[in-house]
Amino acid sequence: MRVLILCEHESHGIRLCSRSAVAFANLVAEQTRGSVECLLLGHSVAAVAQDAAAYAPVLVADHPALANPLADRYAKVISDVVKQRGCDLVVAAATTFAKDILPRAAGLLGGAMASEVIGHEFRDGQLCFRRPLFAGAVVATVALHGRPKLVTIRPSAYPAAGVRAGHGDITAVAVDEGILPKKTEFEALQSKLSNRPDVTEARIVVSGGRGIKSSEDFERLVGGLADKLHAATGSSRALVDAGITPNAFQVGQTGKVVAPELYIALGISGAVQHLAGMKNSKTIVAINSDPEAPIFEVADYGLVGDVYELVPQMIAKLDGAL
Amino acid sequence: MKILVPIKRVPDTDQKIQVKPDGSGIVTDGLPFVINPFDAIAVEEALRIREKSTDVAEVLAVSVGTEACEPQLRTALAMGADNATLIHCDAPLDPWNVACVLRAYAGRYQPELILMGKQGVDDDFSQTGQMLAALLDWPQATFASKIEFLGGGLRVTRETDAGLEIVRVSLPAVVTADLRLNEPRYASLTSMMKARKKTIERIPTAQLGVVIEPRLQLLGLEAVPSRRKSVRVGSLDELLVKLRDEEKVL
Ligand SMILES: Cc1cc2nc3c(=O)[nH]c(=O)nc-3n(C[C@H](O)[C@H](O)[C@H](O)COP(=O)(O)OP(=O)(O)OC[C@H]3O[C@@H](n4cnc5c(N)ncnc54)[C@H](O)[C@@H]3O)c2cc1C
Ligand SMILES: Nc1ncnc2c1ncn2[C@@H]1O[C@H](COP(=O)(O)O)[C@@H](O)[C@H]1O
Repeated sequence: MRVLILCEHESHGIRLCSRSAVAFANLVAEQTRGSVECLLLGHSVAAVAQDAAAYAPVLVADHPALANPLADRYAKVISDVVKQRGCDLVVAAATTFAKDILPRAAGLLGGAMASEVIGHEFRDGQLCFRRPLFAGAVVATVALHGRPKLVTIRPSAYPAAGVRAGHGDITAVAVDEGILPKKTEFEALQSKLSNRPDVTEARIVVSGGRGIKSSEDFERLVGGLADKLHAATGSSRALVDAGITPNAFQVGQTGKVVAPELYIALGISGAVQHLAGMKNSKTIVAINSDPEAPIFEVADYGLVGDVYELVPQMIAKLDGAL
Repeated sequence: MKILVPIKRVPDTDQKIQVKPDGSGIVTDGLPFVINPFDAIAVEEALRIREKSTDVAEVLAVSVGTEACEPQLRTALAMGADNATLIHCDAPLDPWNVACVLRAYAGRYQPELILMGKQGVDDDFSQTGQMLAALLDWPQATFASKIEFLGGGLRVTRETDAGLEIVRVSLPAVVTADLRLNEPRYASLTSMMKARKKTIERIPTAQLGVVIEPRLQLLGLEAVPSRRKSVRVGSLDELLVKLRDEEKVL
């Protein structure tokens, strides 16, 4: 299969999650004796293209009209590239970037798409995908009919690809501004600059729930512990709804899906919608004052107690130990 | 101006889902269904737009599926939608099929705005709105947490991994609702009673000239077992020792 990877990038290079998409693409290309290529869209992305070329040959659509990821323009460029090059499979990491753009591209390309893929296999020579349903309680195996097929993958399911020997070619994709849709305009991006790692990329995530009563407490307890462990901070929806944490923190079925090496849940009850976003973490720790809290069923280690007492003690102990 | 709100019927999110022994589907006997929570938010937003504006003529809720979708359409009516349509289809549906049906229906109904959920909380596809926007060649604004009307178009605040993104789209457009767009109202008992008397228009999919051809085919389902140690530790010291020496994560 000819596999195209839609790469997502930040200032200096492609995002870690896109390297998981590369890993998926490499596997499928190997299993089908196919090939992989990265597609990069943006403006002034020469340095990013160099970075991407360490993983695969790169196609670059570099144009001022593509400076911001507007779905209608991006989907148009992607679908044109896919048609021109006869790609069989298009893959991207399941982030808000790809969830916005890829289904639109699928709409232009015949609609064979599966999102949030966590595994793949061949059944009678047919490539099939595994994806969670019902907040992760169930896993479905699905087949896609039509060509090309488009998928978003969960980065946690495919460990990020490493650089490969030799530098991939970088090929420019001609962008004709005249044929790009112009019904959407970018106005602004209010990004919350944080000195902590991204919750989807961190090795350790410390998350707070309704057991935390205020922003100050969140920063002191959840943030304080996170900083001791060089961890990212996350939260349940309850704290986002209460305005205590920004929505980018929400872990769960309708927020972000994380699978760090260690997930520490502080004052989180363990609703299925929250579990959907973190239950594939390698080790889960829960601290909760209610011994019956459902979070204890999915936690590897559970400690019953008050986070207001235990977390400051834990920070102090880590101070002594590290 | 007309606002179209597509609504999906999904199992109540508080229910435990069980897979049929043969893996062909989930056990639906006795399973309560609700209007997809994101679609309730979309209905609410449409109602608020109508309440604030003089030129919204109608808020129309529409479902694609079997007769079983009727109660959720009645809920939308009870919340305040003016009318409801059931586009009847007994075949299993995927996002592409639903988008094709809605495209055909939008061509007939001619809404200025299609407001829908960002994802169905059963399948978590998050695909239908974007596919529909592509098929209609309309602009889209997904994961909306704020919608403002400005100079004939919309200014939409979108929740993205990078932060809050603000875009402007011209009308007609497809907008998908995120959780924080609003808090949907509850339908009162009296409005439920009134909604029961309303007629729901029914259209067979075939009448819209759409042929249902699956793009995404379900091969089978499996329940996911939990494989956790579930160890209760008695103290912080014990926890730290486990994390450091057994799990080696600290
Ligand atoms: C459609 C839909 C989508 C959703 N999506 C998500 C999602 O993506 N992510 C998500 O998280 N939720 C989501 N939810 C909400 C979810 O159902 C729960 O309501 C939410 O996760 C509860 O958050 P919580 O555990 O922080 O709060 P609660 O359930 O109120 O639990 C608080 C816990 O803190 C404990 N506690 C209180 N005080 C202390 C203390 N001092 N010390 C220790 N423990 C203490 C309590 O014992 C309790 O267990 C969704 C819901 C719906 C309907
Ligand atoms: N069968 C359906 N009938 C009406 N609307 C639907 C249907 N399926 C999906 N939708 C709409 O599309 C949105 C996204 O669904 P999905 O792509 O399945 O996650 C939902 O929130 C609904 O607004």
